[in-house]
Amino acid sequence: VSAVATPRTPREAAELIAGSASVRPRGGGTKLGWGIPAPAPELELRTSGLARILAHESGDFTAVLEAGVPLAEAQAAFARAGQMLALDPPDLGGATIGGVLATADAGPLAHRFGTPRELVLGITVALADGAIAKSGGTVIKNVAGYDLGKLFTGAFGTLGTILAVCVRLHPRPQHTATARGRTEDPDALASAARTLAAAPLEPLALDVAWRAGGGELLARFVPGAAAGRAVALLREHGLQAEAVEDDDALWERQRAGQRAVWARPGTEQTARPDAQAAAIVRVAAPASRLADVIRAACTHGGSLTGRAGMGISYVALAPAAVPALRTQLGAHACVVLDAPEELRASLDPWGMEEGPALELMRRVKARFDPAGACSPGRFVGAI
Amino acid sequence: MRTLARALAGICGAQHVVTHPHARATYASDALAHYAETPGVVVLPGSAEEVRRVVAACHRAQVPWVARGAGSGLSGGALPLAEGVLIALQRLRRILSVRLEDQRVVVEPGVTNLAVSHAVAPTHFYPPDPSSQVVCTVGGNVAENAGGAHCFKYGFTTNYVTALEVVLSDGSVAQLRREDPGYDLLGAFVGSEGTLGIATQIELRVVPVPERVRTLVIFFADTSAAGEAVSAIVSAGIVPGAIEMMDRLSIAAAEGAVHAGYRLDAGAALIVELDGPRDECDERFAQVRALCEAAGGRDAWIAADESERALIWKARKAAFAAMGRISPAYFVQDGVIPRTRLPEVLRRIDALASAHELRVANVFHAGDGNLHPLVCYDPAVAGEPERAERLASEILVACVDAGGSITGEHGVGVDKKRSMGLMFDETDLEAFQRLRCAFDPDGLANPGKVMPSPRLCGEVPGPYRAHPLERAGIAERM
Repeated sequence: VSAVATPRTPREAAELIAGSASVRPRGGGTKLGWGIPAPAPELELRTSGLARILAHESGDFTAVLEAGVPLAEAQAAFARAGQMLALDPPDLGGATIGGVLATADAGPLAHRFGTPRELVLGITVALADGAIAKSGGTVIKNVAGYDLGKLFTGAFGTLGTILAVCVRLHPRPQHTATARGRTEDPDALASAARTLAAAPLEPLALDVAWRAGGGELLARFVPGAAAGRAVALLREHGLQAEAVEDDDALWERQRAGQRAVWARPGTEQTARPDAQAAAIVRVAAPASRLADVIRAACTHGGSLTGRAGMGISYVALAPAAVPALRTQLGAHACVVLDAPEELRASLDPWGMEEGPALELMRRVKARFDPAGACSPGRFVGAI
Repeated sequence: MRTLARALAGICGAQHVVTHPHARATYASDALAHYAETPGVVVLPGSAEEVRRVVAACHRAQVPWVARGAGSGLSGGALPLAEGVLIALQRLRRILSVRLEDQRVVVEPGVTNLAVSHAVAPTHFYPPDPSSQVVCTVGGNVAENAGGAHCFKYGFTTNYVTALEVVLSDGSVAQLRREDPGYDLLGAFVGSEGTLGIATQIELRVVPVPERVRTLVIFFADTSAAGEAVSAIVSAGIVPGAIEMMDRLSIAAAEGAVHAGYRLDAGAALIVELDGPRDECDERFAQVRALCEAAGGRDAWIAADESERALIWKARKAAFAAMGRISPAYFVQDGVIPRTRLPEVLRRIDALASAHELRVANVFHAGDGNLHPLVCYDPAVAGEPERAERLASEILVACVDAGGSITGEHGVGVDKKRSMGLMFDETDLEAFQRLRCAFDPDGLANPGKVMPSPRLCGEVPGPYRAHPLERAGIAERM
């Protein structure tokens, strides 16, 4: 990086962007290692100077946040009103709302509340030419204009820089209870997960994990009868099951399973306990293929953390085993997230095939950033 | 146009190309009947491949087109072009696959909204439920990002579309999947009002049917008191499947039509429906009733069975159509406001209505602040339609002033494009246009909709040539 800037106002940010040949926004810096290793940009634009909670309309369950607001700080503010932003990706410390949205990172709550894109009601962005544009609004229902919030969420800063967002909030459960079931049979685990996904119990989250030859299913509930009914269903599927009242640690471990580095906020980043598993592959497969994904993870010496109802799995494994895992799961979208730079340089971490969809993405990029100044080289198709 | 019609007949069969003026005229409007334009030609392709070839033929001829599902839209989004092709998708109505183990259904765009729920019954259902769900098509729902009465808990069409096959305006076909890496083109496409392409296959997520559904209607002295009850329910952390409010005038109209048993002396009726696991649902339902009564609600009518529930909903869903009993004509608006601003916005609407000497009936999705004010007028009275139209736009201004939106679920179409400037400035519109140009650089897909003024895409450097829309006088270069 040849220069670092920390603008204090959206206008200042937009002017810096317009004046740079290449720019990469940086929030907490916890996911900079994702994507294709790209040459350092001329300017690294830090969002830490744009870190104000601009509005929290608790009666309307909405909030407007600048991109640099740390997610944990926003959650603490919402919690004081008994609310939450239903977005709980693993946080290595200092992850910002802008960074979480730019990478579309999500955690277990996505099962009930949807992906990050579904929580964005409005967005303000700085484009490559310094224009500040917005879409959406501050109400929870709105179909006026194109939904640029969807487009910029998960775009890794390649269309422009997210400056501020309006998000939908939800009631924050004061307590939760988790139905936990254990088995050593991948088919029993997958079948129990399908049953719970189809049951009318409305869990907040429905996760699975597979580590060292054993599997675990976790369904999180607002305390009530549903958790107990879930335990009974798990037992019917031959799982050893129990209800866990004090369940925060269980879910912290699920989140940690999504990253190759593992730390609590405020501490130094450290490697996972299973140190050789320095790569994470995010696999999107139909929910009914879960047992196949578990077996593939096992074959290649990996462990798995998954959103069973959504068909999303994070496989943690040794970097050297990544190509073989991908070959085995070739029918499904496999994106390499955390991984050593050599590995991300030697294969396309996105696994995106040439075709009309990628061609269309290039056209979108060309319209928003014709000179290729925004986070160049890092995204799908080396956009 | 005649040459193109012959080409279309070659693709779809002459019996599926409508050229006779009277027959074409039946496609002149969607459900917003005060906009009408007879399309140059109507074609009814019978397969995704025929859609692709029709669009490619239009591209070769540089003739713009409009796609149409059931024509039940309320914003003029399917208004045809006199010099364009109307591509009617009603023959594409096959359900291609049902995979309940993955909670997915794949359908063609002409399948009706309700048919999706029927295909996955009795264990699952498809939540977005616009009032027109018996006739409206999934393709149209995708174009408009359709909502319905149950959005507050369940979300909108965009939350349920997991993959699309789309035909782009150059005749190419792209597969857009929610979980594929790259830009969320699927998210950008849903709600783009037919301006980015035509979805020819749609994969939807369906969800388990709730175990328990409890419905009540309760009556209040006025809409402010009913609004307080809504706030109390939402603040208690309860997420009802639906919360709908009707004011005095809409109660009167609906009761006159369906005789459901609503109280005619009430200033507002609140319909609250909870669904979910049985114990949780029962417990929260008792809480809802107590909160409503604490806010001044009285005469709660709790649906004792499915037929009573249907009756309660019948009155709500009849409200639009029933307005004909009390007014010869009306405009429906679709503004959204932050829910907490409800009392002041309703007062402002009342004041505006008095100033214009017109009546406004209010029916709305109270949970998410989506108002459907019905501006009543008599077309036979000189000046009244114009006054009603002015009042309708002033209501949108009031919504936007309160921090809201000009449309919550009906779409911009032609009807509200002049109001886009209330929410978006030139820079925002320019950013929208970048997206549109990436998908449709020639401006052939539903031109003249959404954006307040027609605009063309910047050309790649090269000699100037007149754009087909410029030649036709539809747009000018800016």
